[in-house]
Amino acid sequence: MASLLSRLPVLKQLRQSVGLQRGMLVTGLVITGVFVLVAVFAPAIAPYGFAQLRGADGPFGAQQPPSAEHIMGTTVGGYDVYSRVLWGAQTAVLVILVAVVCSIFVGILLGLVSGYLGGWLDRVLVVIGDAIYAFPSLLLAIVLSIVISGGQSSLWGGILAAALSITVVFIPQYYRVIRAETIRIKAEPYVESAKMLGASPLRIMFRHVLRNATRTLPVIFTLNSSEALLTLAGLGFLGFGIEPTAAAEWGYDLNKALSDVTSGIWWTALYPGLAIVLAVLGITLVGESLNDLADPRLRGRKRVKARSGAVSMTSVDTTLPSDLEIRQENA
Amino acid sequence: MNPAESVVEIDDLSVSFATDHGAVKAVDGVSLRVARGEVLAIVGESGSGKTVTAKSILGLLPETATTGGAVLLSSRSGDAVNDVVALDGARLRAVRGSDVAMVFQEPSSALNPVFTVGWQIAEGLRAHRRLSRAEAKREAVEILRTVGIPDPEVRVNHYPHQFSGGQKQRVVIAAALVLGPGLIVADEPTTALDVTVQAEILDLLRRLRDEFGTAIVLITHNMGVVADLADRVAVMFQGEVVEQAEAHALFAHPQHDYTKRLLAAVPRLGAGRLVAHDRVAPDARGRAEPAGRPVVEASGLVIDYPGRLGRRGFRAVDEVSFRIGAGEVLGLVGESGSGKTTIGRAIGGLTRITGGSLRVLGHEMLGFSERRFKPARADIGFVFQDPAASFNPLLTIAEAVAEPLVIHGRAASPAAARPRVDELLEAVQLPKGYGDRYPHELSGGQRQRASLARGLALDPTLLIADEPTSALDVSVQARVLELFAELQHDLGFAALFISHDLAVVDLLADRIAVLHRGRLVEEGPGAEVLERPRHEYTRRLIASLPVPDPVEQAQRRAALAALG
Repeated sequence: MASLLSRLPVLKQLRQSVGLQRGMLVTGLVITGVFVLVAVFAPAIAPYGFAQLRGADGPFGAQQPPSAEHIMGTTVGGYDVYSRVLWGAQTAVLVILVAVVCSIFVGILLGLVSGYLGGWLDRVLVVIGDAIYAFPSLLLAIVLSIVISGGQSSLWGGILAAALSITVVFIPQYYRVIRAETIRIKAEPYVESAKMLGASPLRIMFRHVLRNATRTLPVIFTLNSSEALLTLAGLGFLGFGIEPTAAAEWGYDLNKALSDVTSGIWWTALYPGLAIVLAVLGITLVGESLNDLADPRLRGRKRVKARSGAVSMTSVDTTLPSDLEIRQENA
Repeated sequence: MNPAESVVEIDDLSVSFATDHGAVKAVDGVSLRVARGEVLAIVGESGSGKTVTAKSILGLLPETATTGGAVLLSSRSGDAVNDVVALDGARLRAVRGSDVAMVFQEPSSALNPVFTVGWQIAEGLRAHRRLSRAEAKREAVEILRTVGIPDPEVRVNHYPHQFSGGQKQRVVIAAALVLGPGLIVADEPTTALDVTVQAEILDLLRRLRDEFGTAIVLITHNMGVVADLADRVAVMFQGEVVEQAEAHALFAHPQHDYTKRLLAAVPRLGAGRLVAHDRVAPDARGRAEPAGRPVVEASGLVIDYPGRLGRRGFRAVDEVSFRIGAGEVLGLVGESGSGKTTIGRAIGGLTRITGGSLRVLGHEMLGFSERRFKPARADIGFVFQDPAASFNPLLTIAEAVAEPLVIHGRAASPAAARPRVDELLEAVQLPKGYGDRYPHELSGGQRQRASLARGLALDPTLLIADEPTSALDVSVQARVLELFAELQHDLGFAALFISHDLAVVDLLADRIAVLHRGRLVEEGPGAEVLERPRHEYTRRLIASLPVPDPVEQAQRRAALAALG
């Protein structure tokens, strides 16, 4: 069990890390953890619903400054800022999950097949991937969100629109990474050895190549999550997001707070903005430190004292048990 | 010996590394001294700390290392002594190059491909002295002439890829020599080179010592190279120097147990005493194939690699004919680029042949079809060169050994194949429990045994072994070769044994085929090829092979010089 735990991607790195890298990773994990917890428990923590306009004693009122009832004030539309910030985390996590899950499977499959088989399929896919790269991703997201939601925006319609538009941009990223790894691994002797044995291409792809190619995925996963979050906020800010009655969304709130800033109403813009910054920062910190820790050359280590440590075995021969020992062990 | 006479004096050096698994000590209390104009060889197997010791002379250890003790380095003129361990930044740079320089193992990666060799040699000059471009170039030409590059005035403007491997190593030596350091540290300077080129580089290093009085610290695992060049030898084992002696004394009367074992493990030419027909058990002989029918038969075999657009292809194998009979071991010897690996891959169906005929177990490989050949794969085992890379790192040894059984339908799953896998592991002298380990948890020799087990899993008629021991240390190599011979004796499979090392091939092969630039220059029974070589290239190959005995090696060197 202990060995299984230590092989989980993030836990292993956490144990490996030292100094600044550990600080970065722990900070990132804490922020991300809070973000996810808030998302899960938003209904319990938030004092009001995300679309709630009135409490027990009448309407909240628009643009109320922070007070005991509304600790972060209310928006121009009369919503409670604190509640919408909390509920917004839920929307953000859903979008990240849907976007990454949709893109990761398609991306990996395409990368694996295209990298291993090569040929014309590979060339066509690479060109398509490059074309998508060349396209401004936000523009693509806008077009897709219009196509998917048709101008309407329910909770799932909005989430799917945002998530799928991000998916289109992400698939080429996963595709590229997996394809590059596959091409590298294809030339490894253990793949040749499997070929020598007469293993079918499918068996080689899934038993030998796939598991060895997914090493860098946690890193891209986290980096893409923060990008997904930013794209969602960008869509909301531009007015292609989710209606306030369907779900809370930070980008939308920022957009509505635009005119407030000039008239000295700071609370409507500050808190959703801060939420976006913190969530992205947390996820990025995790991603970047995983990235550094994955590379032995970038990984920091504690300095050791002079003359410390055990001498490792020189000759491989001495680590071999003698024939007698083997016979005893096998008997 | 007074300190002024020694170029470097290492006193109680210890080096520890910070790793993911805590501190690891690589060098433990090593004291060495190198006199002016002396060649000190540090020998030992991988992980013995020889390279770390050498690198500490230049202060080249990575940040994760912590060093204790002292490395006292004298300047060329002998008027300054620095403790390299205590130096930092600018003062360390001043010492490097002018007092001590390094020659690396792999000349292709030690040279920067985008600069001319002249520029790279002059780089060292410019770092230490102010001189004009023309002066620097003149010195570069001069030093290239010294190391024996023909037409140095022209060649100084060439890029590394325009030189052969041996010439590249000469350029690296020139760059090390250009500031006239009193000491050169050569880390496995000939390991990446072919044996005939190795002899030339060793000659060059010897000349440096004799003509320029340069001291050399030679790091190597090859006892033949030590016998050829070294004045004094230090044997390292597990981070310590276990024995230090004059070269003649060490080879004649090794004192320490480890030294004795090391010397005993070195394969010697002419030690291959057995012939296959004595080795193959009578009942195993001709088991799979009717008598007289060869397992592999090549006639006029041609393999071309296609060139890039508009360029001619490269002919890797040119009109080669040979046969491997049932239960016979054919040793295929040649230098890098001779086409030996290509032939092995063609027999295994990994490379397509382009001309002639190659029949493997009755299948014609010209116009190869994977579907028709697949059943035959069950009868061919393959052992790869690098045991570390030929195992999927995410599968356990048992799963990897079970792969051939599962693929060819002899077992439903790796778990079902386990009894047979245990049997195989036992046959290659690995404990059964090792089946549950991952490849990285095994040592090099153990992995190569597991690789052998995988190759033999389907009880093949033919085993192709491509340099199976060249990634292993000598003592391990000896045991793997022994094992190979034993298994071949017991199971009676035919084998193609590919190697660049004549002495290794000699131990196992019934017949030896010598390849040179894609052509088969000589083929015949082992004893005949080695004792009465007919082709000039074979003679040179045999003469170039350094033997682990300084006296005999001096004679062989003279003989090689006579060959021209």
